[in-house]
This record gives sequence, C-alpha cells and structure tokens, in this order.
Amino acid sequence: MWTSPQALAAILGMALVSFAVKALGLLLANRLPRHGFAAAWLRHVPGAVLASLVAPALATGNPAELIAALATGLVYWRSRSLLLAMALGVLTVYLARLALAG
Amino acid sequence: MAWAMQTTLSNGTRFADQFFAGARACIPVVLSVAAYGMVWGVLARGAGLSQLEVLLMSGLVFAGSAQFVALDLWTATPATLPIGPLILAALVINLRYLLLTATLRPLFRPDQTGRGALMMGIVSDETWAMTMLEMQQGRGTIAFLLGGGVLAYVCWLLTTLLGFMLGSAIADPATYGLDFAFTATFLVLLLGMWKGKADLLPWAVAALSATIASHLVPGNWYVLIGGLAGSLAGAIADSVRHVD
Repeated sequence: MWTSPQALAAILGMALVSFAVKALGLLLANRLPRHGFAAAWLRHVPGAVLASLVAPALATGNPAELIAALATGLVYWRSRSLLLAMALGVLTVYLARLALAG
Repeated sequence: MAWAMQTTLSNGTRFADQFFAGARACIPVVLSVAAYGMVWGVLARGAGLSQLEVLLMSGLVFAGSAQFVALDLWTATPATLPIGPLILAALVINLRYLLLTATLRPLFRPDQTGRGALMMGIVSDETWAMTMLEMQQGRGTIAFLLGGGVLAYVCWLLTTLLGFMLGSAIADPATYGLDFAFTATFLVLLLGMWKGKADLLPWAVAALSATIASHLVPGNWYVLIGGLAGSLAGAIADSVRHVD
C-alpha cells in the first residue's frame, strides 16, 4: 500500500500548520518595534528558549545526566569545540549509566 | 557592465561561502538530528506508515517533535485515522517556532521579510540555535541559516527513511547514551551565548519555569512557557536598569 487520501490529508494539514507557525513568527516580529521593550524582549528569547530546552532534561534528578552535563560544560569551556563537548558528553552519560547501574 | 558582473559574482561567492560555512558549522548538531531521524523511522514503521508516507511526512512536515507525537495518534487503517487531532497536535507542538523564527528578524531587511517567511519552513531547533550563536558573535547571514537548514533537511529525510528500512535492526539510542546528544547540544549552545551577568536572571527564570511547567503541563508547552517567562524577565530587568 502506497498511501491513502486520509493519510495524505493529515500529512498535508500537518505540513501547512507547521509552515504557517514558522512563517508567522518572523512576520509578527517584523511588526514589533525595533527599540525599547519589545527589542529587549526579542534579544532575550534565544537564551531563554535554550535554557527551557535543557533544564527539564537535567532536572529529572538522574545523576548520570547531571555528571555528563557537567563534563559537557567543562569540555566546551576548555576546548570551545561543540563536537568534542558533545562526543565526550555522550560518552560520559554512557559510562555513568553503566557505573551507576552496576 | 564589468563592475556589475563583478558585484554579482562576489555576491554569489559570498552566498556560497556562507552557505557552506552554515552547513559545516551545523555538522555536530545534525548528528543529533540523524540519531532522532533513525529512531523516528523505526517507530514510524511500527506505527503503520508506508514508505511513501514516511517520505512525505519528513519532507513536508519536517518537524521532529510533531512527527513523534503524530506516531502516537497514527492508525494503520485509513478509515480510523484521526486527521483533525493530528493536524491540531502538529500546530500545538510547533507553537514554540513563533518564538524561534521571531528572533531571526535581524537577518532580514524589513522589506525582505515576505521572502524570508517562505524560507522559515527549513528552520529546525538545531540549525536555529547554531545561527543564533553565529548572530550573537556579530556574524550570521541568511545563507548561513539556509546552509545548515538544507543539511539538516537532507539528513532528516535520509535517516528517517533509513530507520524505516532497517527497522528494529537499529538499537535504541539510549543504549549508547545517544539520547543525551540533544541535551548536550543545546547545553553547549546555551553556554556559547553567555554574554555576562545580565543573562543570569532570564536564564534562571526560564530554566525554573520550564522545569515546573514540564511537570504540570503535558506535551512540550514547557519550551514556550519557559521561553516567554525568561525573556520577559530579561526585558523587564533591562528596562529597570535603563539599558536599551
């Protein structure tokens, strides 16, 4: 079976709303003032969004993730390399889970 | 005429340079995209999607978290497919993109935003974050965003298909700690954005409210809630201190 009209409708609908939301963000931002409070707010959005993506994953209270997060941060601070920090973070979480499980 | 050609040529070269710089810079974050793509492909097969449907959904929807939730709602028999709930779920889960693409405004002149809006379909969390980091260091261009975006798009398409074809031959990424790649990526990108003590309050407010929201509200509303709370706290703090 290739696909069905129902599946096609669902996928096209999902695609449309996903694109609309992404496009709308930029279009709305273009109407915001470029100075003052709105501009300051927009400047703080990236950091706040990234902090919101990371914090709940680390706050689950799992020590392996906390140790790995610390290692990731440390490696990035010393090396300024995203790839290296990520690789060692993944390795640390792998080893920490083995150690903590055993 | 000669100088006009010269400008076009150098503009073209500059675009290509930036495009490939964006793609190159996004290689580490795209590895995380690839890991998730494989997992999604495996799960999509289990949920009863056909190969064509996998290709269509990854190619047209191109939104990881929305696609994962869609699998929970998907049914193998077309007659029972919940079309409305699937579309609504995609809308709700992607609402955070309102915040993400809003911050890309500085890349476009005010008269360019119409065309820019058409490019926003290629934006994903990972390549957005990479472009933000680039912009914060005084660089960052449309071409950089597109370079990373195209790489992530191609990678998502290929790895979801690969996951679908290999099926359960692929191990759960958590076995090798690969699920941590997502957290590690965004943690590093966050650290890279540190500019000074003024970031402490908005980040702390964002982290705290996102963590609380993740416990109280189902789904990924916590990104939007934390992002809004943190950025508003930062803007209020700025206006109290009279910085602009």
